[in-house]
Amino acid sequence: MGHDTHVVVAKNKTQYEYARRKRSQTMQMQVVTFAIMIFLTFIAFAAVAAGMSAYYVGPVILLLAAIQVVLQLYYFMHMSEKGHNMPAFFLYSGALFGFTFVITFLTIVWW
Amino acid sequence: MSAIAQKKGFGSALWDWLTTVDHKKIAILYLASGGFFFVVGGIEAMLIRIQLAVPDNSFLSAGLYNEILTMHGTTMIFLAAMPILFGYMNAVVPLQIGARDVAFPFLNSLGFWLFFFGGIFLNLSWFMGGAPDAGWTSYASLSLYSPGHGIDFYALGLQISGAGTYIAGINFLVTIINMRAPGMTYMRMPLFTWTTFVASALILFAFPPLTIGLFFLIFDRMFGANFFDHTMGGNTIIWEHLFWIFGHPEVYILILPAFGIFSEIFAIFSRKRLFGYSAMVFATVLIGFLGFMVWAHHMFTVGLGPTANAIFAVATMAIAVPTGVKIFNWLLTIWGGSIKVTTPMLYALGFIPSFVAGGVTGVMQAAAPLDYQLHDSYFIVAHFHYVIVGGVVLAILAGLHLYWPLMFNTMLSEKLGKITFWFFFLGFHATFFIQHFLGLMGMPRRVYTFIEGQGWDLFNFISSMGAILMAIGVIVLVINIVMTTVKNVPVGNDPWKDGRTLEWAIPQPVPFYNFKRTPLVRGLDTFWIEKQEGNKEGMSYAEPLSDIHMPNNSFIPFVMSLGLFIAAFGALYNGEKAWAVPVLVIGLGITLASMATRSLKDDHGYHIHKEDLMDHKGGNY
Repeated sequence: MGHDTHVVVAKNKTQYEYARRKRSQTMQMQVVTFAIMIFLTFIAFAAVAAGMSAYYVGPVILLLAAIQVVLQLYYFMHMSEKGHNMPAFFLYSGALFGFTFVITFLTIVWW
Repeated sequence: MSAIAQKKGFGSALWDWLTTVDHKKIAILYLASGGFFFVVGGIEAMLIRIQLAVPDNSFLSAGLYNEILTMHGTTMIFLAAMPILFGYMNAVVPLQIGARDVAFPFLNSLGFWLFFFGGIFLNLSWFMGGAPDAGWTSYASLSLYSPGHGIDFYALGLQISGAGTYIAGINFLVTIINMRAPGMTYMRMPLFTWTTFVASALILFAFPPLTIGLFFLIFDRMFGANFFDHTMGGNTIIWEHLFWIFGHPEVYILILPAFGIFSEIFAIFSRKRLFGYSAMVFATVLIGFLGFMVWAHHMFTVGLGPTANAIFAVATMAIAVPTGVKIFNWLLTIWGGSIKVTTPMLYALGFIPSFVAGGVTGVMQAAAPLDYQLHDSYFIVAHFHYVIVGGVVLAILAGLHLYWPLMFNTMLSEKLGKITFWFFFLGFHATFFIQHFLGLMGMPRRVYTFIEGQGWDLFNFISSMGAILMAIGVIVLVINIVMTTVKNVPVGNDPWKDGRTLEWAIPQPVPFYNFKRTPLVRGLDTFWIEKQEGNKEGMSYAEPLSDIHMPNNSFIPFVMSLGLFIAAFGALYNGEKAWAVPVLVIGLGITLASMATRSLKDDHGYHIHKEDLMDHKGGNY
């Protein structure tokens, strides 16, 4: 808010060190998350390749997909950082509505 | 504003309106075009009532009647009610939260021009081979088999104007979340801002299903797809679900801002703090949430099965609870207040019984077994006109009187305003109350005529006479507007003397940068608090005077919307005219090129310098 006049101030030594440490932590998390996502993808392919029942493989892949979406949002699209309450609120409301529609069609609506 | 405007030539004034990104001017654009479409939709309504005034009438042919009926509904919902409400939101919300403009002024302009071109496109159908004729709901089982291009105009026109609405909705969400002045916490936001916020959230979630449904319809009709054609493996019911998943929240998108306007009016003219503010906020949010859980109550007779019907019936009845909370809070706001019956207050007082009547018939229809009897009868017509005219249109008329001084710095005549109210209000009840009984007597909706001697003759005649009273009311209103504009007597800020929120504290005419200094909000009804403490300026400030960053005007939104408008003709005549595909490509090309221009060419806006601000009287003249 205010008047949108931005003043750029150089970081001092401590701030620089802090930002550096923060960034390396974020990077670490991203690498770990990336590894997990590769692993989840591998499970999905393996489940199909193993020739298990489609009724089992289908839901498992959907579940893995949901986990991937969450990881993507939080670690790559920065939802884990501060100040994302509103986007998160709207995202979850939207997901809730979408989920309700699908569940309704699958369970109680005949057409 | 007018003093400056008169110095300009017509060309530069027109250019100013075409390129403006100022929320106050866009508000006037919304109000003017919405008002125009309101009159168009009103004329269509009069034609309907003339046709039905007497049995076996041949004033309109059956086909033409279907077109008029469809366009009446579509115009009133998408091109009149929503844009006029957007006009008020644009005029009021940024001022109410102490912001200099909406979050994305460029998008605000784009939203308007998309709506405008979409509306023009839809109405061009009258001159280009016939309007849509499948009802405003345009059920696929009818619309797929409608000959001519009417439905194509409907689908493409609504797609374009829907994009505009979506953009406007997101803009208001971001504005209200991010642009509130210091001290304006969520629980200090005026009710009109709250209802705008919730309605915008509903737009965010409700319009995508409509977009999908309209694209399916466009593909089915113009590009040979079969989403709704059961002989080709599609399903016509999919349209109904998509339409009503959008359509039910849509009616709350209309009524919630109306509730907001009335909440403001009751507090201002009872000269009391709104009773049960936090309950009102909670009820607003709850209505918004439940609005998504009830779409199938429009489809009880489709055959969803008893389980679905029962669940949706109960969910629908639940909405009556938060709505009841609101009604009682309004009554308790009036109770013990020092009431001034001005024109807006008169509308607000008329709104309560009218809307309660509409709500009660709504709960009746929520009972699925009874709905089997009421479905597609005039009872339904009576019900939704009671909530939409008795709720939304009364709010629009009340808001027009309430916010006219804010938007134009002149005051609509109270005397003529009251005459309008009585004609409109009595005409409204005469028109629609009797339609409940027509419905119970078995008259189906959407019939273009009826046979004499079924006991419907007198009631239909009375209904048509009521419509004439409403038309007289609107004509008096137009006279009122013309007279007020010609007289042009400036009234200054806080013309109602009892303004409670920031928009009334701002000097008139509102400076183009709104607030010289960002205000500090010290509680709910912040202007009222300042006035009580004897603050002549009406505002406390959160910051010292400094430079203000302003956006530049832009012609790009107009061109971007024009491109889609041209492309729509290409899609419409696809496979029929040789020029269709080139026109489609050229139109989309114009839009994409203007999007590229916007992205690649940096536009940082400009600053108003502190020194210039000090000299600027800020409209105190």
